[in-house]
Amino acid sequence: MSSITVGHAHDDHAAHAHAGGFLSTYVFSKDHKIIGLQFLFSTLIWFLIGGLLALGIRWQVAWPWAEMPVIGKMLFANEGGQISPEFYTILFTMHATVMIFFVIIPILAGAFGNYLIPLMIGADDMAFPTINMLSYWFMWPAFIAIGSSVFVEGGAAKSGWTSYPPLSLTDWNGQTLWLIGLTLVGVSSMMGSVNYMTTIIQMRAPGMTMFRLPMTIWSMFITAILQAFALPVLTAAGFMQLTDRMFGTGFFIPEGWSVNNAAAASGGGQPLLWQHLFWFYSHPAVYIMILPAMGMVSNIIACFSRKPLFGYKPMVYSIAGIAGLGFIVWGHHMFVSGMNPALGMTFMVSTMMIALPSAIKTFNWLGTVWGGHIQFTTPMLFALSFVAMFIIGGLSGIFMAATPVDIFIHDTYFIVAHFHYVLFAGTAMGVFGAIYFWFPKMFGRMMNETAGKIHFFFTFLFLNGTFFTMHILGVVGFPRRLADPYHYQTFHHLQPLNEFITYCAIGMVAVQVIFAANFILSMFLGPKAGRNPWHANGLEWQAPSPPGHGNFDFQPVIYRGPYEYNSPESSKDYYPQNEPPPGAHPEPPSPPIY
Amino acid sequence: MGKFWALLFLLVPILGVACFVFAPLYQHWLPIDVSQEGHRIDHLFYFILWLTGVVFVGTEVALFWFMLRYDGASNRKVNYTHGSHSLEIIWTIIPAATLLFIAIYQMNAWADSKIRNPAAGPDGILGTADDMPPTVEVTARQFEWRLRYPGKNGILGDQDDVHVVNDLRLPVQEEILVDLKSADVLHSFFLPNLRVKQDAVPGMKIPVWFRATEKGSFDIVCAELCGWGHYKMKGRVTFVSRGEFDEWLDEKYREQTATVDSQVAQGDVE
Repeated sequence: MSSITVGHAHDDHAAHAHAGGFLSTYVFSKDHKIIGLQFLFSTLIWFLIGGLLALGIRWQVAWPWAEMPVIGKMLFANEGGQISPEFYTILFTMHATVMIFFVIIPILAGAFGNYLIPLMIGADDMAFPTINMLSYWFMWPAFIAIGSSVFVEGGAAKSGWTSYPPLSLTDWNGQTLWLIGLTLVGVSSMMGSVNYMTTIIQMRAPGMTMFRLPMTIWSMFITAILQAFALPVLTAAGFMQLTDRMFGTGFFIPEGWSVNNAAAASGGGQPLLWQHLFWFYSHPAVYIMILPAMGMVSNIIACFSRKPLFGYKPMVYSIAGIAGLGFIVWGHHMFVSGMNPALGMTFMVSTMMIALPSAIKTFNWLGTVWGGHIQFTTPMLFALSFVAMFIIGGLSGIFMAATPVDIFIHDTYFIVAHFHYVLFAGTAMGVFGAIYFWFPKMFGRMMNETAGKIHFFFTFLFLNGTFFTMHILGVVGFPRRLADPYHYQTFHHLQPLNEFITYCAIGMVAVQVIFAANFILSMFLGPKAGRNPWHANGLEWQAPSPPGHGNFDFQPVIYRGPYEYNSPESSKDYYPQNEPPPGAHPEPPSPPIY
Repeated sequence: MGKFWALLFLLVPILGVACFVFAPLYQHWLPIDVSQEGHRIDHLFYFILWLTGVVFVGTEVALFWFMLRYDGASNRKVNYTHGSHSLEIIWTIIPAATLLFIAIYQMNAWADSKIRNPAAGPDGILGTADDMPPTVEVTARQFEWRLRYPGKNGILGDQDDVHVVNDLRLPVQEEILVDLKSADVLHSFFLPNLRVKQDAVPGMKIPVWFRATEKGSFDIVCAELCGWGHYKMKGRVTFVSRGEFDEWLDEKYREQTATVDSQVAQGDVE
């Protein structure tokens, strides 16, 4: 069965490669590598936009109603260069929307998932190349819908990225565009996840058993399953909110509801229903946003510790455990929402338990570094910082999981600190590491190490200055999403600390210039990388850099797991997955057992 | 260079701990607690802070030490291993037991804050004759807190009620029962100094209870995004003695009746 699929895909590809004009090669390409790079470039541009939106938020929180220097007059001429409270709500809504739906999810699954899956499992492409191409091009209407919503009457969505009704049902066109955009992102993700699951199950090279898969692939596989099962709920909820807004249904509208003294047309619904449906997707989505980074970091840490990954199977089981438990913890976002408090207790227990697999993973990363031969390359520094920062993000989660403590810190900067430690200090740092690590494979050239280390050093300092101090704000009870918090007696002394955070945030965004310059210049001027510059074991490193169409110029056959560094069986300190053991039969081993 | 990076990583636990040591000295810490039960939340917070603090320092220092000790520039000998079954069991069971302990340890505090509704009275069952009546009804709306006290007849929800906006006065040293409602969108009734937070949901009436131990005036913060004016949805809660409270309510009642009477006299109210 699998060999037939492989054969067909190959034929399709050969045909289309020969017919290749510019459009079919670089724009509407069905090659997973080109699609991966398209995702990478698009998401990096959105990353910049999302970062600038964050600076807008920081500006307002540090100096409420102060005139923005230089750009204030251009952007907010009507308000005398100030950010209006209404625009402030747009800023944080768009910052989260862009970062989550246009950056983190597509850069992990779309860019790295696409690029790495076929290369790492020894396939010549994805199982469904056309669906793969569509999954990228479905992002564009979403980009346009949400990007253009800033210019429609009433402005872009401003109910937060969680879009809680009834606020999100009040009459703004931007919210409708937001819902449409979100649905399209969902369609894109779903096409990707179906493709990844099929490819990983069906198209592994001979000898590549499930327990010889790199952690990157395991995490992408589990992520794809999470997406496939959780996304339909969000899509359905999105449609329900759309019909509430446009066709007078009342899924989320209570009886006799009104805003601004205008009575609603219908009722009988429940605002809490949205929160349940939304978090039923968006909690698993939290893992969708971290698991692939964990997988890639595992690869990087093993490679530069020159040691096998400590506890490969426990790592795989923890990812599976996170995915399973991830479906029964959504209620911890709703402890003070008015949900039955007895239910809160059950969610508290399951939430405490989901901390366990994360702890196991952390200990195994430490175990991998222990007794190693550490090479402090740029990707390794980012990967190590992922571990150091994930510890903080993981531990701060326990405060929120404890329901009584959550009563106080819910919707304060404590939670803002927590998820930025997971998503920026964790995932984004992991992604930087992955870019430095796989850049030579993607473009055939090395990135500059010195510039990379300077980029790492300052990002590391500024991110901790920005986000660690937010815990302290949270301990005071400082709430999120307030355009001007200082008129409260409880918070008026926090402005100096907020100014400090804003300076750090500005620094953090500014040093990304080093990264951008390094990235662009290295694409053209970096030293040639060769196939395997890091002396890594993964199959992707045995292919040419960059790999041509069809990926491999040899038939990959797998003999061992991906982390055999310093194996006594090999004379080198690495042992590629496809290198035949001494005295092996020349013919390939039997196909993998599924 | 390995030493440099290891030391950079050592800064994380050092500065992290320093942050939490110095913050309380500069009043960047839990706001003053004037409630009967809030100390249980604070206690749990400190308990988790110590526990996670120890794990945080332990793991970060281990990472620092491994980076220093196993720097490839100095360490030649690699410990080729695929893991350790017994270590995996140890670091699964210990965290699992700890997490389970935290989960069980806090259940009572949660139940007392959110489940054991004092309105149910001595028999513990809602809907019977000994139910405690709510002290005040709080209705959140864009962007203010509408407060309604029972008037002279002691019944909430009739013509006799006293209406106030944003200025919540309550008797100190008494169990307060609030009926929390929303007139439009979601809001959240946050009293930082009483460790109370509860979302107000349209279509629901949610009970909130607390007891203040000290007199004083504190912030009421809206903690759930409710629109462009969310930031300015500020109220004040003031705890006074029972006598002062009755006097104040009486005065409000008289003011309100006087306004209504004068409006009736001018023909504004039919």
